Parts: sequence; C-alpha cells; structure tokens
Amino acid sequence: MDTILSIKDLTISFQTLDGKVAAVRGVNLDLKRGETLAIVGESGSGKSVSVKAINRILPKRNTIYEKGEIIYENRNLLALSETEMEDVRGKKIAMIFQDPMTSLNPTMKVGNQIAESVLVKEKIPKAEAWKKAVELLGLVGIRNPEASANCYPHQFSGGMRQRVMIALSLACKPDILIADEPTTALDVTIQAQILDLIEELKVKLGTSVIFITHDLGVVAHVADRVAVMYAGRIVEVGTAEEIFYNPQHPYTWGLICSMPSMNTDTNQLYSIPGAPPNSLKVIKGDAFAPRNRYALAIDFEEEPPYFKVSETHYAATWLLHPSAPKVELPAEIKRRHKIFADMVAKKEWGND
Amino acid sequence: MNNADKFVLVHEELALNPALPDTSLELENGEEKQQTIESWASITWRRFKKDKMALGSLWFLLAVILVAILAPVLSPYDPVKTVGDFGAAPSAEFLLGTDDVGRDNLSRLIYGSRVSMIVGIGSVIIYTIIGITLGLLSGFFGGWVDSIIMRISEVFMAYPRFMIILVIVSLIGPNMWTVMFVMGLMGWPPLCRLVRGEVLKIKTLDYVSSAVVTGYTPSTIVFQHILPNALSPILVNFTFGIALAVLTEASLSFLGLGVQPPASSWGNMLTAAQSLNILTNEPWRWIPPGLCILFTVLAINFLGDGLNDAIGSDAK
Amino acid sequence: MTEQNMNRKPILEVTNLCKIFNAKTASEVRAIDNISFTIYEGETFGLVGESGSGKSTTGRTIIKLEEPTSGQVMYKGKDITKIKGREELLNFRKSMQMIFQDPFASLNPRIPVKKILGDAIRLHGMAKTDAEVTELIFKLMDTVGINRSYVNRYPGEFSGGQCQRIGIARALCVQPDFIIADECLSALDVSIQAQIVNLMIQLRKQRNMTYLFIAHDLAMVKYISDRIGVMKDGKLLELAEAEELYNCPLHPYTFSLLSASPVTDLILERKRKRVDYDVNTHKYPADVKAELFEVGPGHFVYCSEAERAGYEAKYKEKHAAK
Repeated sequence: MDTILSIKDLTISFQTLDGKVAAVRGVNLDLKRGETLAIVGESGSGKSVSVKAINRILPKRNTIYEKGEIIYENRNLLALSETEMEDVRGKKIAMIFQDPMTSLNPTMKVGNQIAESVLVKEKIPKAEAWKKAVELLGLVGIRNPEASANCYPHQFSGGMRQRVMIALSLACKPDILIADEPTTALDVTIQAQILDLIEELKVKLGTSVIFITHDLGVVAHVADRVAVMYAGRIVEVGTAEEIFYNPQHPYTWGLICSMPSMNTDTNQLYSIPGAPPNSLKVIKGDAFAPRNRYALAIDFEEEPPYFKVSETHYAATWLLHPSAPKVELPAEIKRRHKIFADMVAKKEWGND
Repeated sequence: MNNADKFVLVHEELALNPALPDTSLELENGEEKQQTIESWASITWRRFKKDKMALGSLWFLLAVILVAILAPVLSPYDPVKTVGDFGAAPSAEFLLGTDDVGRDNLSRLIYGSRVSMIVGIGSVIIYTIIGITLGLLSGFFGGWVDSIIMRISEVFMAYPRFMIILVIVSLIGPNMWTVMFVMGLMGWPPLCRLVRGEVLKIKTLDYVSSAVVTGYTPSTIVFQHILPNALSPILVNFTFGIALAVLTEASLSFLGLGVQPPASSWGNMLTAAQSLNILTNEPWRWIPPGLCILFTVLAINFLGDGLNDAIGSDAK
Repeated sequence: MTEQNMNRKPILEVTNLCKIFNAKTASEVRAIDNISFTIYEGETFGLVGESGSGKSTTGRTIIKLEEPTSGQVMYKGKDITKIKGREELLNFRKSMQMIFQDPFASLNPRIPVKKILGDAIRLHGMAKTDAEVTELIFKLMDTVGINRSYVNRYPGEFSGGQCQRIGIARALCVQPDFIIADECLSALDVSIQAQIVNLMIQLRKQRNMTYLFIAHDLAMVKYISDRIGVMKDGKLLELAEAEELYNCPLHPYTFSLLSASPVTDLILERKRKRVDYDVNTHKYPADVKAELFEVGPGHFVYCSEAERAGYEAKYKEKHAAK
C-alpha cells in the first residue's frame, strides 16, 4: 500500500497568556491509501491539533508550527501559501467534526450547500449540481433526499445533521477524510449507524480516513491501524490487531483496561492515576512516567525512543529495552497477549 | 546513573501486582503546602492587584473622588467668581487659564469633578439597584411577576428617555440632584432586562441545581450563586452607564437644564467651549475637561475589566 | 444477588410517575411517561437510555429539582411532594444528594472549594466551629483524592476529573444515604472515568450508600449496577438485574441498544451485528393497555397483555438454553 499523506516530526505549540503550550511534540505518522487510521487519546493529547494542522485550520493568531512537515502529493502542506492551501482544504482533504453545525451554514438549504461544493470540483450546470447533491444525500442514508435537500440544517436531528455533514464533505470527492470525533455527541444507536456509513463510503469511494476518537470501542469498529497519543506524542502505533491484542505501552494497557467490557467482573477497575501533565511545563523524560505504575528510573530522565515490535508496530516505552526488568501485566492484557500469540500461531493474521 | 540503576522499577510493588490499587500515585505531587484559608475578598484583591492597568485606574478614580471631596481645599480660587482676565491663557497665576468671564479654569475643573462623580456614579447606582432587583425578581420567579416587570420596562423604553428627563427636569427645576435622581429612576430598564436574561441563562446551569440540592435558601441561591455570575455584564453596563451619565449631564447642561452656570461641571465647561474661536485659540478651555472625562471613563472601564477578571474563575 | 432479594428493604418507590413539560400546548413533551420502579437499600440502580429518554428528568424529579406532573415518589416511606417547611426539606436534602453531568458547570465558578464544601457542611450542621469545618473539608478532600493545598482554588483551576471529585465531595458533605449520579462520567476522559467509578464503588462500600446511576454508557452501567432499567421516550421498557439484562435482553430496544454499543475487543467488535429498532414497537394504540410485566423472576418488560405470554416464553427459552 502506498502512502498518501506523511506527517514528519510535527511539532506545534500555542502562545497563550500563561505561556507557551506544547500541544504536539514530534508526531510521525503515515496514512496509507484506502486505510482507516484511528488516532486515539484523551482530551489535550494533541490528536485533534495534529489533524487540524493537516488542513491548517488552527487559529493563526497564536499557533506556532515549530518543526516538521506534512507531505501530501509531494508538497509540504505547511509551506504552501494560503491560496494554494485553498485547493487542498475541503477539496482533497475534507473534514467532519463533532458538532456539524459549526461547518453547516444555518441560513442556507443543505441542498444548496452541497451543490456549491460539487460546483467547486466540477464545472456543471447548477441544476445538475443540485441533482448530485440529492444523490449524495441519498448516499449517506437520508430518507427522501429530494425533500431533505430543501431543508435547513436546524430541521435535522443530530445524527441526520452529521450525515448531511458527511455528504457535504464528500461532495468534492476528497482523497482523505478526516473525522474528528464525529460521533461523540451522538447516541450509541446513531453512532453505530454513522460509523457503518463512514465505513461503507470509504469502501465505495476509496477514500482514506483519519479517525480521531477517545473511545476504544469506536476504534475497534473502524480502524485498520491505530496510533495512541499521549501528551502530544504518539506512544504506540500499530495495526488494530497489534494494538488491541499485543499492546506494549503502559498507557495503552491503561486505556484498554480502564474501560469495563461487558464481561469485566472485578470490584476494582484498572485505572490510570492522576491527570495528564500540565502542557505549560517542560516535560522531562517520558510524559507518562508520573502516572505510570510501571515507571522505570530512566523514564523520569530520558524520553523513550520508538522500539520496533514488528514491521508495523512501534512503541515508545523503556519497558521494551533489553535491560528492562520483567513486570507483571494486568490480567486483561495478559489475556489479550495470549489471544495474539494464538493468532500468530494460527497465522490467522499475516503481516500485510 | 549506570545502566542497572536506569532500569529499576520505581513502584516495584505496583508493577508486580497489577491488581493492587494505585492510591499512592492517585494524589498529584503537592507542590504547594499552604494550608491557611484565605477569605474571598482577599483572594479577589490579590488577583485584582496583578492587573496593573486596573490597579492604576482604581488609584486614579480614588484620586478623582478625593479631589471631588476636597474641592474647597484644593481649589486655588472660588470657581464661580471672576478672578482674572477674560479668556486668559495658562500662567503661573492661573494654571489652566480662565474662561470667558474670567473664572479660574482649574478651580472650575476641580468643582466640576464633584458634579461628574455625583451625577455619574449616583445615578448609575440608583438605576443599578433598581435594575438588579427587578431583573432578579423577574428572572428568578418568572410567571406574573416577570410579566408585570417586563411590561413596565417596555413602557419606560418605549418613550425617548432624554425627552422625559428634559420634561421632568424642567418641571422640578434644574439642578445637580434632580438630574441625578431623574437619570437614576429612568435608566433601569435596559439593565433590568440584561439581568433577567442572565438569570434565566444561569438558572438552567448545573451549579444552580446543585445549590438547590445542597439545600441553600432561595435568597442565598440568588445572591451567592446567580448574582455573582451575572456580575460581569452588570459591571460592563455599570461602567458604560457612568460614562453615559457624565455625557447626559453635559448635554442637559448644554440645553440649560443641567448644572446651571455659574456652578461648573465638566459637561458645561465643554459645552461652553464649543465655538470655533475657543476650539482653535483657547485650547485650555476644552482640553482639560475633555481629558478629565476621557480618563475617568477609561479608568472606570479598566477597573470594570480588572474586577471582572479578579472575581472570575478564568483569572490565574 | 437473587438470594438477597427476599429481605431487601425499599428506600425509594416510584409509582406511575409522569412529568410533562409545556402541558396542553403544542410543544408538549412527555419527558416521563408513567413509570414505576423500586430501589432497594444499598443497591446501585442503573438507568440507561439515550438522550431525550427522560432518564435525567427522572433523577431530577426524584431529588425535587422538578415537580412531578402526576404520580408518587416515596423516599424512606414518605411522599417527597408532601415535604413541607425548611426543616423537613433540609432533612431530605441531607439524605439524598446528586452528582451532576458536567463537572465544570456543576460548580459555581465564583466560589472556591473551601466555601463550596464549607457551606454544605454548615447548612446541615455537620460541624460547628470553623476549625471543625476546616478539618472536615480536609477529610473530604482526602477521601475524594484532592490535594489539601487546593482548598482555596476556584473550580476553573481544576481539570474535569478533579471538578468531578469536588462534586462528589460536596455530595458527601452531608453523609447522604442516597446518591443520584446523573451522567457523571460522560464528560470525563476514559482513564479518569475509571478513577471516578472506583471512587464511587469504594465509597458505596465504606458508607453503605444507595446509588441511582444514570448513564448512556452500557458497559459502565453494567459494571457498577446491581439492577438496570432501560428507558426510551419517557417509558421504562425493561428492568432486570444487570447480568440478566445483558445476557438475556427481552425487549427489542434493549437488544438494539446492546448491539449498538461498541466493545473494546477487536474480534467481538468486528463480529458485532447491529440490530435496528423500530420505535413503533413500544407505541400502542390508545385502547391497548401496556405496562411493565414481570415475565420472569425480577425481570420486567414493557408490553401489552397480549405480548406478555410471548416474552415469558422467550424468557424461559433463553434460560433453558443455559
């Protein structure tokens, strides 16, 4: 699979009244054509900032792009002029957000909004663009698309609005769709529908998807590959199978274990203690160390490099260092590692 | 650190027993060890002090108020008496010159601060009290109380305020106190509606629900939980209100219905300096009162901002 | 838990509760539509539902933040709508507390932690002198895991998880017997959710409290609750013990809800088949009486008399399979 987008050593900080906030601290990430890459992390982990940087929609006033580049079609997006960027933003790389109302014009019929987007890419008569808009609304599963095209955004429910938003973002036939927590505000049944829709459209249109979420369940549903972010850095990246069944970073362990599964039956949920670090302070060593029950002395001194677990799987933790001591894993992680061992043994899952 | 020390588990017991609760890590490193409990006012003051602009403004306004109070002591001359040449330029004798009937400008300016402070602050205090009370009643209780108060405020707002002030002032007789009371009694409807809107918004927030659940009395909920959170727009309104009151007083004085000459106010000093001749040739007549109004209004605004930040939770 | 059922003592009994907003107008909303359930002392009762299901309104009505339109809420044998006078109300408030959804919005931003907790302590006479109050505040802060040095801070200076801990401390000030937790996890990050849940479970054990846990996250509800009620459109559609409800959902809505919630296990998640639910299933014509029927021991389903036998058969069939 070829790489369609490549983020290299991306480092972003924000200038605030309280000082400089390091939001993204050296992110490296490749998006392969046709895959769904999920970036998972807690609020403030920099997952949203990293992808907003791709489309350069971070507030210009106080964003500092310290280092790094984002390569798309052999060009560094961070170096493009604003006019050049306009040809990329929304047209080749589209985005959907948690709150669709922020991207929909409340005073315009949704049909018109979508038709306008269609016209950006194709020079066709207006009536035809309208027809395409109706088609798109049908494609995203809106019942009676002809009538719906004549409606205003506020006339739709939350889930339907998100569908309209998806239709709008697909109007330009983008190469890449970035979905930033698109289902967080939705009910589970609606969330399931939207996830299935994105999945279905991805296959149908061949779009590559970057999916931002904090919910590992959602990740399990959509992702081919997963990157786990903590405090502005990717701490572990691998295929979905590797992250779910062979996680190596203690933070990933914590994330997996702190969500009760339907069959969790202990009276103490495994939790990650404390709170994420204050991003105003300069982080020494591993940002996760103070919350890490598996912390090594070196974690407080030196930032761990990426240790290679497999061709596709990397984790930034000193526990993978040959000199690291053996630790006792949480029961749930042990169970998962065993499943992984079985998978590998059975070659049920090869390296692709 | 040698290699062996580097790869040592910091929490060995936790790392080897994943089922063990990690309470030792639960508490964040307590960097501050301060245990005394500070009062709300002193915290607010400590935060307010950090805003140099606001602090400066506070001193400036206190100075203006002090000048107003001590006007008889500070004024070099009697402000209503002719003490020098007509329209004399500033000199050692008359620091800011004299006006067209030979009155000392500096003394008039000092006495004028009294008028501006009393009319400006007084009228705004009056209408703020009325407006907040009615707004709180209206927003918190709703129903018929709300309807009645809103209808009354609409009646007030439907008439041009300035006209009514003119009529009442001319009926009662123009002087500083009438102007202050009339402006105070007329000015409340916009503030009342503002407060009502804020109350309606805040009433739906969880912390009001949580105050109810905690068992506070309705009056505590209104005054401790709703009012303080509605304070920022009130403060902004308050500051603009003072500025507006100072200007309204000046307009009334211009029309001969405000502070009557020979008594002085910054407003009537300005209006007395409106001819082109004075504007170009006697700048000492209009620049000082103009600057006084400008700086006073600015200072009040900075003060409002500073207070807002200090009371607010967003200030660090 | 079944063996305990026999000698359970009810703490809260809700009977035919209705709450209608904007009654008799065009925008009438039947937020709670005739629901009945009982919560027993010491248990955690989970109430699950999607937005607009009326689960939060139910909690708010029970704690007297909303007046019921009709029906009865009996708390410790007393009708809460008949509470009169400040003293009786304070007694009720002392016994029942609430933890709110949005940790930031549930703390007055203009009041520091010390006063938030201190006021609640003084109001209910939990401590007299200033020194005693301060000591109790520090104790509570230790209990919920907030550093004592933060006592003068304002809510805005805390993270979401810390705010929620303070919210819990506030609820604990009065040593309540009953706590309503209204979506108290949904605004928190995953790792913080686990901390708060652990804290709540630990407190329940220490203080023998009863919880009404309102949430939309089914896995979490199942984890913390003994019994669970499923709400939709103001109606209670199914009620059963937690294990029972997950292993043997009878109402199609419960089934659909379970099928829609993502799980953190890749294989299970990829196998998961979503089942859509037709909302008309629980809408009956006016002449058909539908209510909550006990179709198996402790397992209730909202249905009409005619459907009852079907659910009972389904219950037996599913249990026979085990």
